[in-house]
Amino acid sequence: MSKLGSAIFNRLVIIIPYAWLLFFFLIPFVIVLRISLSTTAVAMPPYTPVFDLSAGWSALVQGIKELSFDNYVWLTEDALYAKAYVSSLFIALVSTILTLLIAYPIAYGMARAPSGIRPTLLMLVILPFWTSFLIRVYAWIAILKPEGLLNQFLLSIGVISEPLIILNTNWAIYIGIVYSYLPFMVLPLYSALEKMDNSLTEAALDLGCTPISAFWRVTFPLSIPGVVAGCLLVFIPAVGEFVIPDLLGGSETLMIGKTLWNEFNANRDWPVSAAVATILLLILVVPIMFFQHAQSKADGEGR
Amino acid sequence: MSTWSRFNIASIIFGFAFLYLPIVLLVIFSFNESKLVTVWAGFSTRWYVQLLHNQALLEAAWVTIRVALISATIATVLGTLAALAMTRYTRFRGRMLFSGMIYAPLVMPEVITGLSMLLLFVAIGFDRGFWTLTLAHITFTMCFVAVVVQSRLLSFDRSIEEAAMDLGATPVATFLQVTLPVIAPAVFSGWVLALTLSLDDLVISSFTSGPGATTLPMKIYSQVRLGVTPEINAICTILIGIVAIGVLIASVVSRRREAQRVADERAAFAQ
Repeated sequence: MSKLGSAIFNRLVIIIPYAWLLFFFLIPFVIVLRISLSTTAVAMPPYTPVFDLSAGWSALVQGIKELSFDNYVWLTEDALYAKAYVSSLFIALVSTILTLLIAYPIAYGMARAPSGIRPTLLMLVILPFWTSFLIRVYAWIAILKPEGLLNQFLLSIGVISEPLIILNTNWAIYIGIVYSYLPFMVLPLYSALEKMDNSLTEAALDLGCTPISAFWRVTFPLSIPGVVAGCLLVFIPAVGEFVIPDLLGGSETLMIGKTLWNEFNANRDWPVSAAVATILLLILVVPIMFFQHAQSKADGEGR
Repeated sequence: MSTWSRFNIASIIFGFAFLYLPIVLLVIFSFNESKLVTVWAGFSTRWYVQLLHNQALLEAAWVTIRVALISATIATVLGTLAALAMTRYTRFRGRMLFSGMIYAPLVMPEVITGLSMLLLFVAIGFDRGFWTLTLAHITFTMCFVAVVVQSRLLSFDRSIEEAAMDLGATPVATFLQVTLPVIAPAVFSGWVLALTLSLDDLVISSFTSGPGATTLPMKIYSQVRLGVTPEINAICTILIGIVAIGVLIASVVSRRREAQRVADERAAFAQ
């Protein structure tokens, strides 16, 4: 019994989660790909052809013949989509750089803090992550509005004479992304910096480095794994971000997550939204594989 | 500590101010008498009273809680199994694909996950509603659980498992009586993480939910689109309060458990 039980247990441990992810995560992508090759129809589901296995082989072949790349041709013909992809990548890139610039000093300060208060600091960084994402984005509307709290404050101390227009511009999106994703950047940076041996920096200083060149030649290169992990954790989801551009961005802001959402919910064009999603996935597949690689390597080292 | 310079302290203070100020302002203005969210007009709890009479909102909250409890629990079981598979079996057919399917959902834009799951449910003819929502939540949260549990399993001393096996325990008994008690704190934090991710989710829920299964974030989102109101601030404050209390309890419990563990170890050495 023991041997057989052991074999069955070992198998089940792999098979159950594997099968679940195959069915609910991987197969859906195949369906997305297939629907992106269909045509819109006024029906439920709103696309054609619909494959029905009970209809037999010839119907299946007929259905496959009906598949076409029309939606992809359409995406290249309408400049809106290309612009949305480019502007999403641009916004995500700018936000990732801003997040890195803000997160680095925080993570560095935390890693240099007395070891007694480090767990508390760490918890304070994670804590906002537990509160709702939507709430955190929403909180910025009241702050950034023309008559909002930031403008009231700046006007009252006399820094500006008329309200800044921030809400519904790309700046509001940058602020929203930096704010929402900051913990994802601080945590990998902190864990890279915390592991670092302080004596290396001291040695560099003893050998005549200035503090700044010691930072660039010793500290920063050693923290690069954290920088890479943090940047990927921010960049990839930010490209497809929907809530932040929708609530904080303006009507002229193009981001692909919002385009996909509108295509799907407002225009009810499922095949085109599936094509939009497929291309977004193709753009992100390289960074995602890079992320997987970096992550498995980090886990491997933990052994 | 000479290395903790004034610059370090300043950047931490600015960082935390940036992280917390928006939330603090939101909470303060939930107690505002005025309907304008940005002008203070005196203390009032009337928005909270008004919430209690908002039937649709309470219903949405109830749906959200049920989905979160069911999906987090199943996701924890699946995620723990996935973590075991990842750490214990370094070689099996399709392991690359498996680890890809664990890590990809962590960064996958939600619009893609949501859309693809919806299309799956439509393709297999599963009516959208409470259960499609729950299935979708299980799928994207189980990967977070897997990563949390995996990091604990990597530092796990396997010799105690081998000892149990040598003493005649079956693999299932070994897992339940030896492995699980040791990794329990990580499994629990995985469950809490899955719960909060589920409670919080808007985009995947909007795609995969159907009539009669509106969640609280969906309700809040549709109201936010109409403008900022003190009533939403009040809901948000209640949610933040629940999270704060939960985190407080969790940290007290873990601190006690840690103290207990240290005391136990001392007692064991004393014998």
